[in-house]
Amino acid sequence: MSIFKKKENKTIIAVLSGKGGTGKTLVSVNLACVIPGAVYADCDVEEPNGHLFFKPINLKKKEIGILIPSINEEKCTGCTKCVEFCKFNALAYVGRVMVFEEICHYCGGCTIVCPEKAITEVNLNIGKVVIGDSEGTRIISGFLNVGSVSGVPIIKDIQKQIKEEEHTVIVDCPPGSACAVMESVQSSDYCILVAEPTIFGSHNLDMVYKLVTLFKKPCGVILNKCDGNENPSEEYCKRNGIDIIAEIPYDSELSDINGNGEIAARVSQKYKDIFMNIAEKIPKVK
Amino acid sequence: MKIALPVDEKNENSRICVSYGRAPYYMIFDSDSAKVEFVQNTAADSAGGAGIKAAQLLVNHKVNILITERCGQNAADVLIAGNIKIYRATKALVMDNLKAFLQGELEELSDIHPGYHGHKN
Repeated sequence: MSIFKKKENKTIIAVLSGKGGTGKTLVSVNLACVIPGAVYADCDVEEPNGHLFFKPINLKKKEIGILIPSINEEKCTGCTKCVEFCKFNALAYVGRVMVFEEICHYCGGCTIVCPEKAITEVNLNIGKVVIGDSEGTRIISGFLNVGSVSGVPIIKDIQKQIKEEEHTVIVDCPPGSACAVMESVQSSDYCILVAEPTIFGSHNLDMVYKLVTLFKKPCGVILNKCDGNENPSEEYCKRNGIDIIAEIPYDSELSDINGNGEIAARVSQKYKDIFMNIAEKIPKVK
Repeated sequence: MKIALPVDEKNENSRICVSYGRAPYYMIFDSDSAKVEFVQNTAADSAGGAGIKAAQLLVNHKVNILITERCGQNAADVLIAGNIKIYRATKALVMDNLKAFLQGELEELSDIHPGYHGHKN
């Protein structure tokens, strides 16, 4: 377990999957429990669920907002420089400037190009980051407000905090392979890809494998819900020379534990051992 | 008054385009001069906000009427703010829609859809 010492050997491990429901949270929550001093960071801000298992206490909340343009109509001369500038087409001029908040990518550029300084930025709350403690494990969870368009600014805030942490961090990533996932793996030293033994699962594994390869992240696969039958995800790994670091069998006992909102490594010695073995297999980085 | 219709091709025999925001061209008919011009839709290949940019284009051309099969919410917000009325196209060919409008046969478009939204994060 030497790679999990403080600071100098601190590792940031991102857990992703492509397909939802494969076991990212199972793996990330349980690894955070068995690695001494580890921090759990939930970047699946649209549907965070790690906190449901950890039930953290001593919560500290931080509101996250984005800066949206606000137009001072008295200063605006209708020159439309802001409209022409905006690459996202979030602005229109119809006798006055219209701002489309959901399309704005809050780059702040319009406030700079306006020759009359008629544009200021105002805060729009989009969610929060909550930090707490669960039996000695530090829990950082991001929550995107229902109706808000993008969780990326919340993930960025979590990523900044992760860099300040002294201990190993396990990042529970969103499903898929789009912008939120890319943002979540930014700081990682190693990526664990969790895959189901189905064709659909292997297809999604392919998508995240391409993503982490593009980002030049070393990675390994955990095959979850293995039932002894043909495993397209295993075959995918063998075809592409991807390290398989563990195989977790399909187990109804595990679904009972999850269904009760309990953490397997905390209530079952069998699973504590399984996850400690997995932790040992994660390669030393740097 | 100026009447705009989204078209697939830059000629009067064109079909009306099924998309408003990403139509390749707009045909603009000026009823005062009875002249027709074709304008390229610079919004067609936008990553996002195409409807907004397409509506801005029509506002800039001082269009009064838009005839279209469908229209998204963001585009409609700009068009309505720019005093452009939106009518529902009912024919396949652009000129048939224009004739139908001029004969008072077309109805205003009342069901604005939420917009197909390109990816946003």
